[in-house]
Amino acid sequence: MYKYNDFDAAFLAERNAQFRAQVERRIDGSLTEDEFKPLRLMNGLYLQLHAYMLRVAIPYGTLNSAQMRQLALLAEKWDKGYGHFTTRQNIQYNWPKLRDVPDMLDALAEVGLHAIQTSGNTVRNVTSDHFAAAAREELEDPRPYAELIRQWSTDHPEFQFLGRKFKIAVTGAEQDRAVTRAHDIGLRMVSKDGENGFEVIVGGGLGRTPMIGKVLREFLPKEDLLPYLDAVLSVYNLLGRRDNKYKARIKITVQENGIDKIRDLVEERFVERRAEFNGADRELLEEIKTHFTPPALRGGNTQTYLAAYDSDPVFRAWADTNLAEHRKEDHAIVTISIKAHGATPGDATAEQMRIMADLAQEFAYDELRISHQQNVILPHVHKSDLPAIHARLKEVGLATANIGLISDIIACPGMDYCALATARSIPVAQDIATRFEELKLEHDIGHLQIKISGCINACGHHHVGHIGILGLDRAGVENYQITLGGDATETAAIGTRTGPGFAYDEIVPAVERLIEAYLELRTGEDETFIETYRRVGMDPFKAALYPEARKKVA
Amino acid sequence: MPRPFTPKIITANDLLEGDVIYFTATGSWSRDLAEAELITDEAEAQLRLLEAERDALSVVGIYLTDAKAGPNGPEPVHFREDFRRTGPSNYAHGKQEANLEATANV
Repeated sequence: MYKYNDFDAAFLAERNAQFRAQVERRIDGSLTEDEFKPLRLMNGLYLQLHAYMLRVAIPYGTLNSAQMRQLALLAEKWDKGYGHFTTRQNIQYNWPKLRDVPDMLDALAEVGLHAIQTSGNTVRNVTSDHFAAAAREELEDPRPYAELIRQWSTDHPEFQFLGRKFKIAVTGAEQDRAVTRAHDIGLRMVSKDGENGFEVIVGGGLGRTPMIGKVLREFLPKEDLLPYLDAVLSVYNLLGRRDNKYKARIKITVQENGIDKIRDLVEERFVERRAEFNGADRELLEEIKTHFTPPALRGGNTQTYLAAYDSDPVFRAWADTNLAEHRKEDHAIVTISIKAHGATPGDATAEQMRIMADLAQEFAYDELRISHQQNVILPHVHKSDLPAIHARLKEVGLATANIGLISDIIACPGMDYCALATARSIPVAQDIATRFEELKLEHDIGHLQIKISGCINACGHHHVGHIGILGLDRAGVENYQITLGGDATETAAIGTRTGPGFAYDEIVPAVERLIEAYLELRTGEDETFIETYRRVGMDPFKAALYPEARKKVA
Repeated sequence: MPRPFTPKIITANDLLEGDVIYFTATGSWSRDLAEAELITDEAEAQLRLLEAERDALSVVGIYLTDAKAGPNGPEPVHFREDFRRTGPSNYAHGKQEANLEATANV
């Protein structure tokens, strides 16, 4: 993985020193809050309902064990002993004190981490496939490109004051685990005439105007990546609206101007920008690639794994749900669920972080990933090590076998923390997970993605959940709307609203009715919820959700 | 007919701690909603807001919000303010933590 050079380290040290001075000037009264706020936001520091919140980027979701241990240290030393992994491969600390934040940033810099551009109208943390370099069907590791974009966009003078925030996701695999179609720019690696390049998708996004991105360029040669992104950002920066915050994202620019006009403008600008790039970007990419040399995967037989799989039903259940195929037959990709039933989705304690760091160091070539689904991944594990890993995870409550199941819920912090939220989302997620654990139906239900947002900004990705839940404030009371049929993968789709919303105490029973309907409707255990929905449509689910309305019509 | 004025309190977050604070009748800030000044007159509310904003160097995000009189002082009207005076619902952190500690120490 990428290691900071002297320039990176010096840049970050200077930036942190600047922020330390800004904090001091705010405290001594030299800066007003209006002056300070944009400065703190550029460094990831928000003020939420109960306290400050520091959002730290985990670029393309990749961490080593030393970095994970440092995240644990921050949680313990300056927060309340835990951190919250988000849907954009960040970690958030919910309780820092203003005076401590410069020290927290310095501690992060020691391990090559930062909070730069995790807020504000700039290019945000570049996200990627959490199975990068491990997935079987991948064309190429997308992370060197993500790192190149990180370096290009960090403190880019032209793009520090965009009309609105700008999110980029990159994937190197056909199976889209990075939600590329719901980003301002999604980059999907594709192959043409034996050459790998990028399909460039633009104008996707969730929020109050959810849209699936459109293809801007079917094939972009890899070496043109930065000049092309530069051109897209430049066109957006000038053409994008600044009169209305809610119409300022590039998705609206694309919608109002049409993809063809945007394409023409970008191609025109691209010619100019490409001429300005002198090849340094290509040299940098080659240098970055040397940091991402795949680990030398070990050999050995997998008998201990097979024996445990046959003899231990608890291990087998975990292996069946939490393991994914690795590109090497005798290895596996392990997803560690940080969604124990009834726990807060995405929260990990300092102790849990340290155990995961230890496991990565001992068994997984020192690599960890954070997924946008708010789980932690050990991307390369020899199968013979799986029983030992599982045993260690069990000791700290990290062995929940629920990946891809109904309790593997994405939930934003919601009204429990977020100043923008209109309703809670965490307790809804906790209650759904607890309820289906009681019913012992989770494994029978099979693959199902529930995604919950506590406001229209959709950090919980509810639009692309098979079942999406959106918490709103209706006349001073929490109310939850349901959408069905959303899809976050390469077949991305925005869910459709079922009808009127549900009160806080009605939302879990409503989800239960949906599941009962699905179990009755499905053709067999192999047909997943989303497949059943696509086959039968909304009506039977609506009938299950609103039995009273049905009676009235009858 | 203009709508009747709903009583208000003034609230903000502390600059250093980031926690929720309330403007009191004596012009100081308290961490306890019960000590907040309940303002029942609309014009007075705007004046008090201006006075509170003089402290803009040590507090952040000052605003007026609806409240009602309760047996032990002002109480929130909206659930958002109820969360702000309590803390999150997934952990006993925030103001409820301090309250728990206070109870434990009695």
